[in-house]
Amino acid sequence: MKVPRCKGTRDLLPQDMAKFRRIEAEFRDCCLGWGYQEIRTPVLEYLHLFTSAGTLSPEMLGRVYSFLDWDGWSGERVVLRPDGTIPAARLYVENFQNLPIARFCYVENMFAFEGTGKESRERWQCGAELIGGSKAEGDVELISLALEAIAKLGKKPVELRLAHAGLIKTFLEGLGLSGEKEADVLDQVFSGSPGVLGDLKGGNPELAKNLQLLFGLKGNSPGFVENLRGVFCSSLPALEPSLDELARIANLLTGLGFNYQIDFTSGRGFEYYTGIIFGFYSAGRRLGGGGRYDELIPLVGGKDVCASGFALYIDELMSLLKEVPPRERVLLRAKDAAGLKPSLALARQLRDAGYVAEFDLGYRETADFRWVVNMRGGEGIELLDQSSGKKRRKTSPAELLKLLEEARCK
Amino acid sequence: MQVKLALPKGQLQDSTADLLKEAGFTVSDYCDGSRSYRPQCSGDSGLFLKVFHEKDIAIQVAIGNYDLGICRLDWVEELLAKYHSEAVVKIRDLGYGKRSLYAVAARSSGYSSLEAWKNHNDSLRIVSEYPNLAETFALKQRLRRFQIFPVWGSAGVYPPENAELAIIAETSSRKLKEQGLVPVAALLESSAYLVANRDSLERKNLSRLLASLSTGEAAVSYVKEPPAIDASFEAQHTARRGSSVSLALPDGHQQRHVVAFLDRAGLKIEGYNAGKASNRPRTDLKGVTVKVIRPQDMPLQVANGNFDLAITGTDWLRDHLYRFPSSPVDEVLVLGFGKVRIVAVVSKDLHVSSTDDLRKMKRDSALRVASEYVNIADKYAHDNHLAPYKLIPTWGASEAFLPEDADVLIENTETGSTIAKHNLKIIDTLFESSACLIGNTEAKRWPEKKDRIAYLLETMRRGVEAGCVS
Repeated sequence: MKVPRCKGTRDLLPQDMAKFRRIEAEFRDCCLGWGYQEIRTPVLEYLHLFTSAGTLSPEMLGRVYSFLDWDGWSGERVVLRPDGTIPAARLYVENFQNLPIARFCYVENMFAFEGTGKESRERWQCGAELIGGSKAEGDVELISLALEAIAKLGKKPVELRLAHAGLIKTFLEGLGLSGEKEADVLDQVFSGSPGVLGDLKGGNPELAKNLQLLFGLKGNSPGFVENLRGVFCSSLPALEPSLDELARIANLLTGLGFNYQIDFTSGRGFEYYTGIIFGFYSAGRRLGGGGRYDELIPLVGGKDVCASGFALYIDELMSLLKEVPPRERVLLRAKDAAGLKPSLALARQLRDAGYVAEFDLGYRETADFRWVVNMRGGEGIELLDQSSGKKRRKTSPAELLKLLEEARCK
Repeated sequence: MQVKLALPKGQLQDSTADLLKEAGFTVSDYCDGSRSYRPQCSGDSGLFLKVFHEKDIAIQVAIGNYDLGICRLDWVEELLAKYHSEAVVKIRDLGYGKRSLYAVAARSSGYSSLEAWKNHNDSLRIVSEYPNLAETFALKQRLRRFQIFPVWGSAGVYPPENAELAIIAETSSRKLKEQGLVPVAALLESSAYLVANRDSLERKNLSRLLASLSTGEAAVSYVKEPPAIDASFEAQHTARRGSSVSLALPDGHQQRHVVAFLDRAGLKIEGYNAGKASNRPRTDLKGVTVKVIRPQDMPLQVANGNFDLAITGTDWLRDHLYRFPSSPVDEVLVLGFGKVRIVAVVSKDLHVSSTDDLRKMKRDSALRVASEYVNIADKYAHDNHLAPYKLIPTWGASEAFLPEDADVLIENTETGSTIAKHNLKIIDTLFESSACLIGNTEAKRWPEKKDRIAYLLETMRRGVEAGCVS
């Protein structure tokens, strides 16, 4: 009986893995260059890490893979990691609380149930977290790092869209909705469904209209932030601190020559976000996003430390990435027993020089290889260039490598 | 084309039988006390009926074994809370069997509102026959830390000593009050519902049943606000674990054996007699409290220190330990009565006579193994290399599953006569089970209980040694 793959999962085939490793390598390289240190958290975490108020919304918690472990007789449930930031915050609290600033990066898989089974329930992400340090400069550092990593993968142009969680939350608090309704609306806005704002019936109709107006406006300059201040702050002065923060980041980005768009409909993210929210888009697809989460570290038992982070979605990046060119491959054939030992030695030299050296075990399509090497004891090396059909005989591995290099450079 | 309808046993049975009669179906063998799981509908050969425990009906309809089913809405929502399936279509409220699902606390706990519980520092223990709805409730209410304990029944008896909250179904808040409970939230209003499999609705003609099984509409919805709470009781916080020794006694089939045993051992427990037992029987033993709960739930409860000692069966102890091998619960005394065999059962029509035959049997799909003992059944299938197999948890009336809805059943039997009566045969005996006293292996960490536990143990041991088993 043929056993199928689990619904909602995918296999990564060799060509997928080539792209995956390329993305992973470029991302790691960028992060290490910026002073970020790589971490990896366990795939299993306690559910209560995520149920602390303000960490993950009930909608997201309703889709986590939670179960009782083999020692779960106490009823303590564990989950397959649904998010990278919260475990990273836990790791920081456990190990690095004394550092004034901590920079982490990771490549990890996240799990969330998806009902149709058409989308993957396992999603790989490249994440970076900056815990401690200055707020606005930290956010700009993360944005710069993310854009650099995406650029290294050849993705141009990338749109940067900004929103502000604190601003949205302050608006919703001003509406006077019930606690449950407010949380539900925020959940939907952060899930990418700002349409819910059209039906709001709070105790403050003017504010409800202003909130809809906010989501209908877009801007790309510090001046736009000041315009928002002029329109909204007279009716809701509590917006001032969030607008100050947004203005500071807009000024920094403008000064650095970044293009960006302030667009509150792009404000997707997590309930634990408190400040700036940023998203990266290319050809209409969201490649990743992040935001500031100043209240998360205390919620998982740490000190009052500000923090911010982002994640790039590997599945999205893979779908946009061109095929990764394979390394040049050489097929080796030991024509007799005496040819085996020198062919093994030659294979090692070829690998050291960056070639893929594969032995012919009798089932390979030789057409897949440009170079075929035949080794017979005492007869030197016979090289066949399948692109031209030419055969050449070389006396030493060094001679062979020289010829291959010359051909590669042509 | 045959239409398959799943009917409930238990509380809904009489009203459902009346409904079928009013709808013009003449159904035999579907009444209180009937032992048949396959009622016959005279004059309608195209209608196949089978009787299940209510909780199984939603599952059977969801997986497409039955086109239509009748069960209460709470069981449907319990299924959908965990498994977001579109396969079950809620067709119609049938208007009878009304009850509500409440989150309740003990009146003596001193916590009269959910907000108070949210500020509770410890992890909240929530017991329920509806573990999926309990988890959804806890997440929705943003309880920071909680433990859900699934139980087979008697959830209301756990608070306050053995749980902070219970999610239970009850017909009125007055009945909760009679049990010393106070509702802190209402989750759902429920009644008997006609449910359909979506695929069957799309492909088959079910119109005769759909048109005739109607008794008028009634609104059913999630209750948004908790009901009014009578908070006039005196606030008195009860400690999670006191110094008294808590003993759990079983209800159900084992009860008469246990009553006789305790009597002969000289342990006087008032209110735990033949017939309907009190959930909280009294004993004149100082520092000992007794509660009556389901034997299935005892190992988990003892493991968690909610009870110190419990009388259950080795079958349920094994089922628990197969799932949680490091669980701190163990058999402390073999009581010996209530002997049953745990057996593998198949239909008499199946040409196999052993587990070995079952393994060798050619089949196109996964073997369906049904059982109340989910973990024992899993181990049996795994150890005997029956892969691929699917486990089908059942909640009673398990013999009904064979042969249409399961291939193998792991069941207990005393004499084998019930199995034979349902045209089934035993192909393997997994082990023998009898009553036992179980305890928490870490109980010695509570020195204040040590002497009382030793006394109870000694008393029961003398009872066994004197041959005072029924």
